[in-house]
Amino acid sequence: MTDTADRSTDPVADSTPERCPVHDLASDYDMFDPDYLRDPFSAWAELRNACPIAHTDRYGGSWLPTRYDDLQAMAKMVPVLSSKSPIVIDMPNALVKEDSTGYNAAAPISADPPEQGWTRRALLPHFTPKGIAAERTYSERLCHELIDGFIGEGKCDAAVDYAQQIPPRVIARKLGVDESMVDDFIEWVRGVLELGLQQPELRAKYRDIIRDFFAAEVADRRQNPKDDLITALCQTEHEGELLPDEVVVGMCNLQLVAGIDTTWSSIGSALWHFAGHDDDRRRMVDQPELWDTAIEELLRFYAPVTMARNAAEDIEYGGVTFKKGDKILMNFPGANHDPDHFENAHEVQLDRQRNRHIAFGVGIHRCAGSNLARMEMEVALKTWFERIPEFTLSDPDAVTWAGGQVRGPRIVPITFG
Amino acid sequence: MRIKVDPEKCEGHSRCYALAPELVDVDDLGNAFELNNGEVPEGLEDKARLIVDNCPEYAITIEDGLKL
Repeated sequence: MTDTADRSTDPVADSTPERCPVHDLASDYDMFDPDYLRDPFSAWAELRNACPIAHTDRYGGSWLPTRYDDLQAMAKMVPVLSSKSPIVIDMPNALVKEDSTGYNAAAPISADPPEQGWTRRALLPHFTPKGIAAERTYSERLCHELIDGFIGEGKCDAAVDYAQQIPPRVIARKLGVDESMVDDFIEWVRGVLELGLQQPELRAKYRDIIRDFFAAEVADRRQNPKDDLITALCQTEHEGELLPDEVVVGMCNLQLVAGIDTTWSSIGSALWHFAGHDDDRRRMVDQPELWDTAIEELLRFYAPVTMARNAAEDIEYGGVTFKKGDKILMNFPGANHDPDHFENAHEVQLDRQRNRHIAFGVGIHRCAGSNLARMEMEVALKTWFERIPEFTLSDPDAVTWAGGQVRGPRIVPITFG
Repeated sequence: MRIKVDPEKCEGHSRCYALAPELVDVDDLGNAFELNNGEVPEGLEDKARLIVDNCPEYAITIEDGLKL
């Protein structure tokens, strides 16, 4: 198994050595603070009461809502809260490229209506529960093969050796790209987001690598159609014309940046939870019929993704004024912990019945890949529990959490057997 | 008991379809619609309430069908 993470360092912490301590969460939250990443829940609880839409000047400035009702309402403020730049830190002007900004960057996630509508309709048929049936069969085989690779050793890193290996292979297969690209995909995705968020040159480098790679793939499919997503997008029409290359390239880019570290974060968080909560682990061994509610509850509790919006004009909401251009972090994970909407929100309840969580966002930008992600999580966890029902966290202090806009554990040492 | 999916509110999360494929199906874009004109077969009332309580878009409602 290729180890793409450097176990000796915490890349997130190391990439920002000069961190000022946070004195006031409401006016100075820090989305990369290792303490916040380990336990964002208490910070959100404090803010929800004291200042439900917090602000920070760090990293170019952003707003952070924490209440469920505000997230629901703000997700529907389209297009005044624009999605054209869904990353919380903008690329410096010198590194911006015209053909990879706006809705072309990664439509439909980076688009407002009307482009959001037709790019989304082009993508959705490939990600319905029925549209991902082939990926389920593949994922089941893949998860068994991954476990075959380490089960004899009695230990593994559940993040690096398992969670991180699943989504890039599923996405590669969906796109119709050679599986040998998987290690590159992992490097590119971390380069463009997890590490690139705070290192613009790195982010630009990997943005270009990804776009160049898919430009070549799209050119190939125009000549040699196959049975894969890239070909299907190349053959999709909008208003009687085939989708332009740069739009298809952006949509392929989306598969990488939205479909890989997000899902591996969810799988990793779930395994981290069970490895450290023996009562919950035993409950799932004894009551496998709970998986449906358990997966939704783990998605609620450990929701990894926070997308950003830009205020398209000055707008007042919830007692604050977003100035034109202001960044707003759509804190869906925080909404999922709002006690006004979730009974005992601070507890993982594997049989939770009422669960209108918004881990995949809400409104027109609901994660287009949510069915695929949910399936991968289900297959990954059920297969793990079938093969390795007894397991425990061997070194809790070694666990590190990545943050910014995708929170999840990057090192999870586990022993079993 | 009858259920109603509001097509204006549904954004295709498919939570209802995962929980109760006896009551709803999804179209080519993943948006949900009611089966049996929304009529909930006897014995599935709890499932109907469950999909109402799990829709992030508040798109599903129960109409209890009382007609005078």
